[in-house]
Amino acid sequence: MLDKIGIAKRIAKEVKDGYYVNLGIGIPTLVANFVRDDIEVEFQSENGVLGMGPFPFEGEEDADIINAGKQTITTLPGASFFDSALSFSMIRGQHVDLTILGAMEVSENGDIANWKIPGFMVKGMGGAMDLVASAENIIVAMMHTNKKGKSKLLKRCSLPLTGVGCINKIVTNLAVIEITDGGFKLLERAPGISVEEIVSSTDGRLIIDGDIPEMIID
Amino acid sequence: MINKKVFNVKDALEGVKSGMTLMVGGFGLSGIPENAIEQLVKLELTDLICISNNAGVDDFGLGLLLKKHQIKKMISSYVGENDEFERQMLSGELEVDLIPQGTLAEKCRSAQSGIPAFYTPAGFGTEVAEGKETRAFGNKMYVLEHAFKADFSFVKAWKGDEAGNLIFKGTARNFNPNMCGAAKITVAEVEEIVPLGELDPNQIHIPGIFIQRIFQGSNYEKRIEQRTIRKN
Repeated sequence: MLDKIGIAKRIAKEVKDGYYVNLGIGIPTLVANFVRDDIEVEFQSENGVLGMGPFPFEGEEDADIINAGKQTITTLPGASFFDSALSFSMIRGQHVDLTILGAMEVSENGDIANWKIPGFMVKGMGGAMDLVASAENIIVAMMHTNKKGKSKLLKRCSLPLTGVGCINKIVTNLAVIEITDGGFKLLERAPGISVEEIVSSTDGRLIIDGDIPEMIID
Repeated sequence: MINKKVFNVKDALEGVKSGMTLMVGGFGLSGIPENAIEQLVKLELTDLICISNNAGVDDFGLGLLLKKHQIKKMISSYVGENDEFERQMLSGELEVDLIPQGTLAEKCRSAQSGIPAFYTPAGFGTEVAEGKETRAFGNKMYVLEHAFKADFSFVKAWKGDEAGNLIFKGTARNFNPNMCGAAKITVAEVEEIVPLGELDPNQIHIPGIFIQRIFQGSNYEKRIEQRTIRKN
């Protein structure tokens, strides 16, 4: 089974040379640490920066330079700052090549829910609705089951939706899964995880076609 | 040069009344108009409708107004950092419109630009689109969203001049430029008012035409919400 770092490492392999990438809060933010260093990638944060670098060294934090998770960041040579409207022109205008975000639930037809638990937790959608409604290449990073052990991969989402039919791929602590017309398609198993374990942790329709290889992480 | 300079925050907020709709710049605590917010607290105005991406934290930013129950309604995209906000919202004391961040930005920009409404794909098929007109363009569905209408816009910039020209710094820019000229009166507070002519016209982010009042703020705290560092 993968931990959060493992999920981030596996997703990093989906980042290709020349991509502009938007990373969501949580596990997605970790992905930047594991992208191959022989390719050129620029990270966009929807609060208005392209060309994000690593976190600053102590003493070099700047309150005026943060990411969408409100964390202090640095910028790399070639970086740019811009306003929120222009930032979402990049996103809705499909200039961003890859979007990686977290989720509470994903359904077998690619719906995603990640912004609200009615009556309990309402934090808001932030930029997630704009991202999922616009991007063509979206990967969800999440745990396969919730804290109560229930599957987060469902036939239909039970929580209020963030977007409909928009997710392409899911990387969890157990598996890599693609969304197809027929439902969830199992592509890879996490190291040490059996197909049966993935089946028993998945509520939606899971297509298993032939031998399922183990993920290559490092 | 048409002079937009006022001498203090008190003059800058002349005419703001209870019940008004206010745009407030900033993303998290970055680029918020700290001086204007402090003055709104002092004025003890109530029933305010605030348009701002976030709602501050419990003891800073718009959280200061929330704590004193001065805000009737918030229009935001993300409010996760404020426990008091969440408590007031879940108990029904505070009205909240949560809208997608890009839609929020575009509703500001449209108001600034004289565009009454626009179609966006964000929120289609979700509760955000409930009761709104939807329409297909090509084979994709879009939601009709309207420009904001606001009485005052409070923005924060890095540098400005008496003509109201503004330059922002880093990601403190965020919603601030989009809110300039998006309300009946835009009040800009800046860290430094520089002599006229010092700002290079090529470098100006927002021309003074969008600004009615500008003043040099003081005592900026610029609080960092998530101080994140890397190990040596």
